[in-house]
Amino acid sequence: MRMNRTNLSLLCCAGTLALTLGASSAQADGKSLTMCWAAWDPANALVELDKDFTKATGIEMKHEFVPWTSYADHFINLLNSRSAECDLIIGDSQWIGGAAENKWYVKLNDFFDKNKISMDTFLPATVVGYAEWPKNTPNYWGLPAMADAVGWTYRKDWFAKPELRAEFKAKYNRELEPPKTWDELIEVSKFFTGKEIDGKKVYGSYIFTERGSEGITMGVTNAMYNYGFDYMDPNKPYHMTGVVNSPGAAKGMDVYKELFECCQPPGLTNAYMQEGLDAFKSGQVAMQMNWYAFFPGLAKDPNVGGDKIGFFKNPAGPTGQFTQLGGQGLSVVAASKNVDDALAYVKWFAQPEIQQKWTDLGGASASKAVLESDAYKNSAPYAPSFVESMGIVKDFWAEPLYVPLLLDMQNRVHDYIVANKGTSQQALDSLVKDWVKVFKQEGKDPS
Amino acid sequence: MSDAPTPRPFSEPSPLARGLAGAAVVLYAVIAILPLLWIGATAFKSQSDAIAYPPKIFFTPTLGGFVDLFTVQTHQSHDFIAKLPAPQTWYEKIVRDRDMVIAGPSRVVERFLNSLIIGFGSTILATFLGTLAAYGFSRFRVPFADDLMFFILSTRMMPPIAVAVPIYMMYRWLGLYDTRIGMILLYTAVNVSLAVWLLKGFIDEIPREYEEAALVDGYTRMQAFRKVVLPQAVTGIAATAIFCLIFSWNEYAFNLLLTSSDAQTMPPFIPFIIGEGGQNWPAVAAATTLFLLPIVIFTIALRKHLLRGITFGAVRK
Amino acid sequence: MTVTNPATGLAERAARRTTAPLARRAGLSDRAVAWLFILPTMLLLLAINIFPLIWAIRLSFTGLMANLPGAARFVGLDNYVDILTDEDVWANFQITAHFVFWTIALQVLIGLGLALLINQKFRGHSFWTTVILLPMMLSPAVVGNFWTLLFQPQIGPFNYVVGFLTGVAPSSFSMIGSVTLAPWTIVLVNTWMWTPYVMLICLAGLRSIPDYIYEAAEVDRASPLRQFWSITLPMVMPFLMLAVLFQAIQSFVMFDMVNLLTSGGPGSVTETVSITLKRAAFEKWETGYASALAVILFVTIFGAANVYVRALNWVKQQ
Repeated sequence: MRMNRTNLSLLCCAGTLALTLGASSAQADGKSLTMCWAAWDPANALVELDKDFTKATGIEMKHEFVPWTSYADHFINLLNSRSAECDLIIGDSQWIGGAAENKWYVKLNDFFDKNKISMDTFLPATVVGYAEWPKNTPNYWGLPAMADAVGWTYRKDWFAKPELRAEFKAKYNRELEPPKTWDELIEVSKFFTGKEIDGKKVYGSYIFTERGSEGITMGVTNAMYNYGFDYMDPNKPYHMTGVVNSPGAAKGMDVYKELFECCQPPGLTNAYMQEGLDAFKSGQVAMQMNWYAFFPGLAKDPNVGGDKIGFFKNPAGPTGQFTQLGGQGLSVVAASKNVDDALAYVKWFAQPEIQQKWTDLGGASASKAVLESDAYKNSAPYAPSFVESMGIVKDFWAEPLYVPLLLDMQNRVHDYIVANKGTSQQALDSLVKDWVKVFKQEGKDPS
Repeated sequence: MSDAPTPRPFSEPSPLARGLAGAAVVLYAVIAILPLLWIGATAFKSQSDAIAYPPKIFFTPTLGGFVDLFTVQTHQSHDFIAKLPAPQTWYEKIVRDRDMVIAGPSRVVERFLNSLIIGFGSTILATFLGTLAAYGFSRFRVPFADDLMFFILSTRMMPPIAVAVPIYMMYRWLGLYDTRIGMILLYTAVNVSLAVWLLKGFIDEIPREYEEAALVDGYTRMQAFRKVVLPQAVTGIAATAIFCLIFSWNEYAFNLLLTSSDAQTMPPFIPFIIGEGGQNWPAVAAATTLFLLPIVIFTIALRKHLLRGITFGAVRK
Repeated sequence: MTVTNPATGLAERAARRTTAPLARRAGLSDRAVAWLFILPTMLLLLAINIFPLIWAIRLSFTGLMANLPGAARFVGLDNYVDILTDEDVWANFQITAHFVFWTIALQVLIGLGLALLINQKFRGHSFWTTVILLPMMLSPAVVGNFWTLLFQPQIGPFNYVVGFLTGVAPSSFSMIGSVTLAPWTIVLVNTWMWTPYVMLICLAGLRSIPDYIYEAAEVDRASPLRQFWSITLPMVMPFLMLAVLFQAIQSFVMFDMVNLLTSGGPGSVTETVSITLKRAAFEKWETGYASALAVILFVTIFGAANVYVRALNWVKQQ
């Protein structure tokens, strides 16, 4: 088409018209609520569940799901600018501090009291992790919605092969079983690494190594917690020297690095949730670290599910057995224009039968009634270890300034474990310096 | 032209030289295109084929990736699926075979539409403004012209991430955050600097005599611009439009930082097309392939202009 | 570089026209047209480029953190001092410089080479040129993303192809995960994407060289190599330099591709300054610090480009 002035002006008019039409996004005629979360399988299950809410109340549920890698950036941005785009949000456990202090969420204590919703009906770890700020005080900013923790899967069929069992027993003088300690985990991983199974060379284990958001931190803590790492002195708040960079903590980091160097499939140096699923499903690894949220899908996988898959909780170390807490709580956004309707949703969601249905559809309720029932323990192969895991969880900082804390740890850990920079002790010493700087900005008194 | 016979005029290389040159170029082209072919093939693989180890060159094609791209699905239990009525369409069948159920359309069509509107909108606007400004600089004695031209160039030197922070704050304040018009204005501002520089080069080459003659004949300046200069500048405008479109179509950082859902385009969307915990490679590959098509079509359509038009100052034989 | 069209008749008529403005010429005066044409562009650039730049400069002297409430504290030059004394930031600049240098060098070599070959006008050259253009038309973010699949040692084709050609085991090396290879990997992918751009501009330059110059050289019995050195290269140089300018600026601020390909890793070995900037600005929300870094980056590029453009103009005059 000839690019003369007439045609250009026509195009511009057409463009503007298209814009105006496009810009007038249809505001729903009836009532509606927007629910915000991360985009993953459980979110799809939530879409199904919410159809019941719409049937019960007539309020339309809209969903806004953002991929994990930009989940935090995107929604913290939104909350910070007091946008009313989300009415309800299932926010990460890390955001609680910021949300409470900046009043992003509606405080729920009065609402819970009025509607007789008791936090005792949820697992204590999930209440502390997803609802409370300050921690361990009865100030609630969310309802535990998605219980999650780091767990492990393993190829039951490979562990059952007689020739492998015999070889392992001969070498290590014990049976080939899912490891109960990190030492055993390393032994079993080394055992499998390099073996030819089903015509392909396999590797012992898959662990998190992602650099960009939170991956490697969420992985390394599972080792470090059990060798002596903690965030601060329990008796002296924000005192980190000697605690964060204790010799035990450094040893924990070394153990994780050893597992990475011996037994991680090649190329997975910046890998988090999906790469683990891919590696396990394509038969590259004998064991995989990942979030329990994915285990229902894995159990049903045509290639590696059913009888071929088994689950175990995070192995113990010399100083204890903890696993990294995941999961999120459901909160009402303070800037929302539909706070009452949103609270009605929370009340509906908290009902025992809805909590049960939530788990059935693919979510993971944190309700004691659901998780501690015998029916649940027998409902799925991962259920018993999941319940046990939820009892041994430990979480990362949930401070308002948790992002720089997390990014600093990502940086130091990845530099040491993947890029071989310095020693673990040096990495942790630098980390303490980084964290002291961040806490000073928050106005705390760190050391 | 010399009248002494020359053994072989330079303008015609020997057949051997041509053949070798051709072979070298074809070799490079094939190597360069292989990654794209792999991605194109991945769009038609099943999820397990896409992550097969070792990688599969031969595989049974399926449209599962495209279905994943255009729909949102949920896992359901066997019993639940058994109770549903039989699948009506071919895509439902693909999904049911994987123990999943379609929960609704995905938002990819909206994103694609946004890319079209924002991409073409900003290209048209930048080319339009660029042509005008280039004509102005070329034909008139503008004070401080050299400095202004360098100023225009310098607007490209600020890293987008850097300007993103103040622009983010400015847009929020003006209500332009997450709007298509906001993105169009932004991309236009970025593109117009390239447009002015390129188009000034083209317009400089168009002899002034034609306009002068038109002016003598009683045309106004505007009419002379429209009737005399523009037709001759079409090649340059087309070439500029292609470069502007390539930028606007493919821009990622600004769109990621300045939109959330209404005005989001494809580039921030594609790398995060989710499977269960992250990438669904066949769907990502499908999106990449589909997203590449419009711009390839646009470039091929204007190909002659592109190759001819880049020649600022060609000799008219 | 033009050969003006011998429209002498028109030129004479124009010269004979009186300089008195013709009253019957309706429409806007030249001055009005000039302003009308140039002003919208200037206003747009002022609003969207200059105003934020000034705002960013202002912010760089504060300790603002955009995600915390409260006004910004004035901290003077603290941010600048922090940045210039931080060895991690200097390392990032080094990484960026390595990236820019090598990708430009390769793009020039391959791009110019391809242009020279295509200029031989073999059969089908138009088609193959279009094919070569394809990588340039992709989004850098999408490119960074899908190359992670291609570079996967176990499930991606790249390692297998290299293994097939050189006999090295595919799983023995990792383009993205190795501290030594990763910096070259980002160079490789960037070069793959943008060589067509340099090629295109060089091709334009080559096509602008009039044939008669070569013919004259042939008469003088200049060898092909001599012709290349004295005719081709000097006349392509301005085009090449322009391409290098645009590409250098663009590589310096490249963010999308590198971030999606390596996330700046392993560790920080591919963390270019743009990635540092994005993390400071949009993840740590250290707005003041990030603005200072942005200003430093801008001044660097601006200064270098200034020098470069002067050199370019000098070459054009030769």
